[in-house]
Order: sequence, then C-alpha cells, then structure tokens
Amino acid sequence: MNSDKKESTMDKVNRGLAKRYRKERRFRLFGLGAIITSVAFLGLLFVSIAANGWTAFQQTEILLDIHFDAEKFDVDALAAADYGALVKASMRELFPNVKGRQDKRKLYKLASTGASYALQDMVASDTSIIGTTRKVWLPADDEVDMFLKGYIPRDVPESDRRLTDKQVSWIDQLVADGRLEKKFNMTFFTAGDSREPELAGIRGAAVGSLFTLAVTLLLSFPIGVATAVYLEEFAPKNKWTDLIEVNINNLAAVPSIVFGLLGLAVFLNVFGMPRSAPLVGGLVLTLMTLPTIIIASRASLKSVPPSIREAALGVGASKMQAITHHILPLAMPGMMTGTIIGMAQALGETAPLLMIGMVAFIVDVPGSVTDPSTVLPVQIYLWADSPERAFVERTSAAIMVLLAFLISMNAFAVFMRRKFERRW
Amino acid sequence: MMSSSFYLLILLALASFAYMQGKRRAFSLSGTGGGSRKLHSRPGYYGMLTAVWCVLPALLVFGFWMVCSDTILTSLAMKTLPASMQELSSDQANLLVNDLRNLVAGSVAARDINPVLQEAANQYRGMEQIGRIALAVVMFSAALFSASLVYMRISPEMRARNHVEKIVQIGLVLCSTIAILTTIGIVLSVVFESIRYFQHVPVSDFLFGMKWSPQMAMRADQAGSSGSFGAVPVLAGTFMISGIALSVAVPIGLMAAIYLSEYANSHVRSWAKPIMEVLAGVPTVVYGFFAALVVAPFIRNSGEMLGLSVSSESALAAGLVMGIMIIPFVSSLSDDVINAVPQAMRDGSYGLGATKSETIKNVIIPAALPGIVGGVLLAASRAIGETMIVVMAAGLSANLTANPLETVTTVTVQIVTLLVGDQEFDSPKTLVAFALGLLLFIVTLVLNVVALYIVRKYREEYE
Repeated sequence: MNSDKKESTMDKVNRGLAKRYRKERRFRLFGLGAIITSVAFLGLLFVSIAANGWTAFQQTEILLDIHFDAEKFDVDALAAADYGALVKASMRELFPNVKGRQDKRKLYKLASTGASYALQDMVASDTSIIGTTRKVWLPADDEVDMFLKGYIPRDVPESDRRLTDKQVSWIDQLVADGRLEKKFNMTFFTAGDSREPELAGIRGAAVGSLFTLAVTLLLSFPIGVATAVYLEEFAPKNKWTDLIEVNINNLAAVPSIVFGLLGLAVFLNVFGMPRSAPLVGGLVLTLMTLPTIIIASRASLKSVPPSIREAALGVGASKMQAITHHILPLAMPGMMTGTIIGMAQALGETAPLLMIGMVAFIVDVPGSVTDPSTVLPVQIYLWADSPERAFVERTSAAIMVLLAFLISMNAFAVFMRRKFERRW
Repeated sequence: MMSSSFYLLILLALASFAYMQGKRRAFSLSGTGGGSRKLHSRPGYYGMLTAVWCVLPALLVFGFWMVCSDTILTSLAMKTLPASMQELSSDQANLLVNDLRNLVAGSVAARDINPVLQEAANQYRGMEQIGRIALAVVMFSAALFSASLVYMRISPEMRARNHVEKIVQIGLVLCSTIAILTTIGIVLSVVFESIRYFQHVPVSDFLFGMKWSPQMAMRADQAGSSGSFGAVPVLAGTFMISGIALSVAVPIGLMAAIYLSEYANSHVRSWAKPIMEVLAGVPTVVYGFFAALVVAPFIRNSGEMLGLSVSSESALAAGLVMGIMIIPFVSSLSDDVINAVPQAMRDGSYGLGATKSETIKNVIIPAALPGIVGGVLLAASRAIGETMIVVMAAGLSANLTANPLETVTTVTVQIVTLLVGDQEFDSPKTLVAFALGLLLFIVTLVLNVVALYIVRKYREEYE
C-alpha cells in the first residue's frame, strides 16, 4: 500500500488536528477571559464603592434633653447665646458621675460641633421653645458614627483607636438607653462642604455642577450645532474648512488638563474673570465638549437623506429654509443624543476645573454662576484627600450619587436614540 | 452682575417688540388686495430683520463695555492718586491696582485702608455708576436707532429673507472658527508662559536635567533656593505609568475586541458592549479613588507577603488602574479595524483549512495591524494626558527609577500640584507648569497626528 511507505497529506493534517483544536480552544478562552476580566474589574469597582459608601446614607444621632433656659437667651441677640453650653449641660446631666476636666471634655466630644448650630436654627425658627425642655436628636461626632458602623474596632488596645475606653463605655450606655441611633443622613443632601464629616454634604457641589453644566449646555449646544450645520451644509471644500476639521479632530484628543491651562491663562489671567466660578468652568468645559457635539451633530445631519433636502428646495424653499424647517428637526434627536453624552463627559470632568480654582474649600451653596463653587467630581477629589475615616464613606457615597447622575443621563441618551432612531 | 442681566432682559424685550412691529409694518404695507403675496419675503422675516438689527449693535456696545470697563475705570481712578504714588515702579503700581480692586470689591478689613486709596476707590465706584447709566443710554439708543432705521426702510421690495439668511450664515461661520480659536488659544497660552519660563531657566536644563525639585525657597540664602527643573525624571515616570497601563490595556482590550467581533454571538455582544461603554464612562476621579483605596493597598499587602517593599503610591497601582480605564478605548478602536478587514480574506483562509484562531493570528491581525497600532498610539496619548488617576494614586517625588514598585511622578501630577493653590506668575515654579503643559501638548499632538495618519492611510487600502 502506498500509505505504508509514504504518509499522505491527510495523515499529516489529522495528526496535527488535536493540537490545533486545543490551540483554538485556548485562544477562544483567552478572548473570553479578556471580557470576563473587564467585567470583573467593573464589578469590583462598583462593589467596592458601594460597600464603602452605603453606610454614609445613615448618620448617628444622639438624643439629648435640652433646657432652653430663658435666662441664657437675649431675645434681641439670639445668635450670641452659647448653644454649645446647652449641649454640654445636657451631656453632663446624662452622665452625672463624670468628673474632671479631661473626662468632661472627652464626654462633650461625643456630640458634633454642629449640634450647637442645629440648636441655633431651632431657636431662630421658633422662639417659643425658649424656657422649655425639649428632646432633640442632634448629630453625633464622626468618631462615634464610625464606631457604631463598626469601622473603629472594639477589641484593640486603647492606644490603637481614636476613642478611649471610657468613651466606648459611654457610647454603650447611650445605645442601651436608646439615645444613640443611626438615622437617614439628610445633612449629606442638604449641606455644603465642611471640615467635620458629620456636617459635610454634597448640595454645594451638586448646585455648582448644575450651574457649570447649564453654562456648558447653553454655549456648547448652539455653537456645536451651528458649526456642524456650516461644515455639513454650507462649507466649500477648501483649505480653510480642512483646517477647521483637522482642528476639531485634534481638540477631541487634547488632554483635558491642557484645557485647564488655557482657562487659567486666558479666561483668568487675560480676561480677569473670577476664580472658582461656574461661569469659567462652564466656558472651559464648553471648549472641551464642543468636538464631541460637533462630530455627533455632523453624523446626524449626514444621516438625513438628500431626497428631503431636494424636495424642500424643489418647492421653492431657500437653502436656509430647507435646513431650518426640514433637516434640523429630523437631525435633532441625534444631535441631542450627542449633546447628552457630551454633558455626561463634562459632568465627570475634574482636571481642567482644578486649574481654574474650583478646588477651593467652599461652605456656602453657590447662588449664581459667578459665585465661588466646586463641582461633584472635585468634591470627591477633595474628600478623598481628607484624612478622616468618615470621609472615605462620604467620598464613596458622593461617587454613587455622581454615577447615578451619569448612568441616568446615558440611559436617557440611549432611550432617545431608540425612540427617535429612523431608518430611511 | 444683576444689572447686566437686567440690561440683557430689557434688550430681549425690545427685540421682541421690534419683531412684532416689523412684522406688522410688513403686513400693513402689503395692503389688502394680494395679502402677503406682494411682499418679497414672508412677513416674519421683516420682523426678524428688525429684531436682529435691534440686538446686534446693542450687544456690541455691551460686550465692549464688559471687556474694557474695568481697565478704563482703574486707570482713571489711579490718575486721581497723588503724584508721589504715580511715580512708582510697575511692580508697586500693580500692587496698588490690586489694593484698589480689593477696596472696590469691599473685601478688605476696615482698619488697613489707606485713605488716599479709599478716595480713589470711591471715585471708581462713582464712575462705575455713571458708566452703567451711560451704558444703558448708549446701548438702548443704539438698539432703537438701528431698529427704527430698518423699520423705516421696510417695503414690499426689501429682500428681508436674504438679509436675515446672510446674517445667520455669518453667525455659522463665526461659530465654526471657535475650534480654530481654541487651538490658537491653547498654543498661545502655553507658549507665552513657557517663553517667560525659559527666560529664567535654559531650555537644555529643562529638557535634559536629571533632577526635579521645583520648590523654591522663600529667601535667597536658604538651602536649595534655586530649585531644579530637569524634566527627565518626570517624563520617565510618565512613560513608566503609561507603559504599565498599555501593557494591561492592549492585550485585554485587543483580545476582548477579537472575541467580540469573531467569536461572540449576538447575545453576548448585546451585553458585553454596553459594559465596555460603562467602563469608558466612569469618571477618572472615580478610578483614582478606586486606585488609592483598593488597588494600592492590595498591591502593597501582596508585595509584603512576598517580602518586597512596595511604596503605598507605587507606579504599578496607578498604571494598573489606568490600564483598566483605557481597555474600552483600545477594544472599541480595534473592533473598528477588525471589522474593516474584508470578509473575503477570512473566507479565503477558512477555505485553506485554517482554524478560526489561525485565521485571526495569521490573516486578520496582520491585515488590521496598522489600524491596531494607530489605536494603541491613541490610547498611549490618552494615558500620557490622564490626570486624576495619577494625581490621586501616584506620588509627588520625582524618582528616576525603573522599579514599578517605587513612587514616581508624572507631568500631569506636577502641573496640578504646581498650579493648585497660590500662584506667582513671575516665578519659575509656577511658569514651569506651562512648560510641562507645552511638552504634554506636543507629545500628545504628535501621537494623535501619527495615529490618525496611520489609521486613515491603511483604511483606504480596503476601500
């Protein structure tokens, strides 16, 4: 037989087949592995943020019996009263056998310094409580909060934790009396920034983000659409339009921090605009998001079939009328989708805003686009830099809020695309 | 600020009034017989033209005032100062101007007010009041004048639509030049400040210096008063972190793209692709927090278990997380180029008996290689320019090292640390940030241009 002497090609192929199939399977597994790795990273990211952050939506509060002693209040100068003393007095009353300055000071530390502000607000809004005794839930200190949430371990030597053994025993007693409870953390959504974690909130940053995005949207959407319309519908094919196109493509790839340098050198130093203002932040982000919006808008204009244009021109519309009455309305959903995606990018952007001073510590909630303010991602950056343990969970919680905004914006964009997508 | 938005509101009201008047006049001119058919344009265009000419001159006046009022008023107020204070050097004069501005803004404590300066500030405020009234008068009379001029000229023969369209088109052209202006702005701002920097420090010291410590001493006799500005360690750190990032992102991103475009069925694709997009949409500050909170301690602990000393701000942690960030970037670009390889090439390979993986390795990847290289270059430029991850997870000290477990610093980290907080625009310490920015801009620009060129050139081959 022939095959005894000489091996056929078929045999050679068959001999190698098992090995080749193994290789094939291995290669395929690598591919699947790559996908699974990316998904796992994303899962790990979300899980670790959520695990760190969900506790921040609760804040420990302490129930104190406050005597609003009429003698201590001067009706004409309510702000001058010593509200801290009220808190201290009621703490002393709870633990009458705590003696010595040091111990007392430790005791007072269980309540937040913000407790006195809360009392001041109470009195200011309702002066009739002066002279009465009220049970009031007041914010506890962030260390107490961390202890109750289990971030400060109980079974380590006293020197290794931020709370002394005595403080721990007081806390235990308060918990047993039902005077220390975790409640929904409203402060986190209603307050501005603060050095004290238990008083810090994201409202200032969220409002700052809102102002910044409003400026960005008001500028970048009209300018982006106008540029896209010019380039798609009017621009002659020449060196000048080529230059514009090259510029747009390059700007899309310029690192964001370079836009921050532009903002610092041009808007702040040359034009003398205010530092830390959402107005300037919005201008910088406008320049950054313009390429995204222009590219999306052009794609959207391109997808409108030429027959519509020609029909409009055929019944006597001018070119501008054909565009404004027919092409723009049809291209609008695509343009809006691109704009929402650009806005989502702008909302998550941090680096250029650091350059124009939106990184300052600002307690007040901004009231206009020229007030100093910060934005959500910068707030996250600031809190991530803070040493207190309680800021870690607040950072994570702020990230969850930011991601919720981003995901809903993107989901809305996807929804728009699905709803208005047209096949011609 | 209140009154400027108030002015704009009044202007808006005037414009809508002008629109209605223009439209009405056009209607009344068209007479009863033929109705609006006698008009050259539809009546709305006459109204629009009137409104546009009402707004444009007023806006010009308003913009001019907004830009120049401060300079003019300051120089006028400075003139009221006594002669002795006017013969100062430019530096001292600048200080005075600053004091004056603070006084005007009312942000100085009452006790350290210089009475003379206070006088000038009062002068400034007074002139500002007058200026505002003058602005209102000029602005609104310009608006009314030009609007009524147009209004008078309205006639059935007037080519209102063409006029309006011409104005709109000019507006479109102006909008499209903003892209160019931005580029010019970027280039000018980094180049100007860099030139000022290079007057302090020679270019060669900056580009080839091996030591980076930009902190300048306050007094000349302090140790290390000069500061050293050698960019080599900073660049080395940048490239190391970007290199780590690319060595994570390129294999994973490429394999993910291959799997998605060649193996995965539509079901897998329909959930894997959005997940990749989510990975791309996560803000970088979140990645930075993740790197500092989870990845860096994990690497340090596992390093300690192996007996290695790992810095808590190691280049590895920052690079790893940056790699995760650019995976979707690499995979979506590779996906595009792999899909652009013609099906005929795959079929030819299968026809010869090759398995799928052999086809991918021997046919598709070589064919798509230029595109993939372009994508990798784009990803590299993204990694080099990335800021927040390295600011939060990488260090500040510029070590010239090849050990990824040590702390290194990057260009973007240095720009942020030098420019956040107090800035003095006459000291090399602040200006060097712009020189680094120029370097960053040039490097990323070159990478982008080369990448786009490669991608475009080789895409044409299959079209």
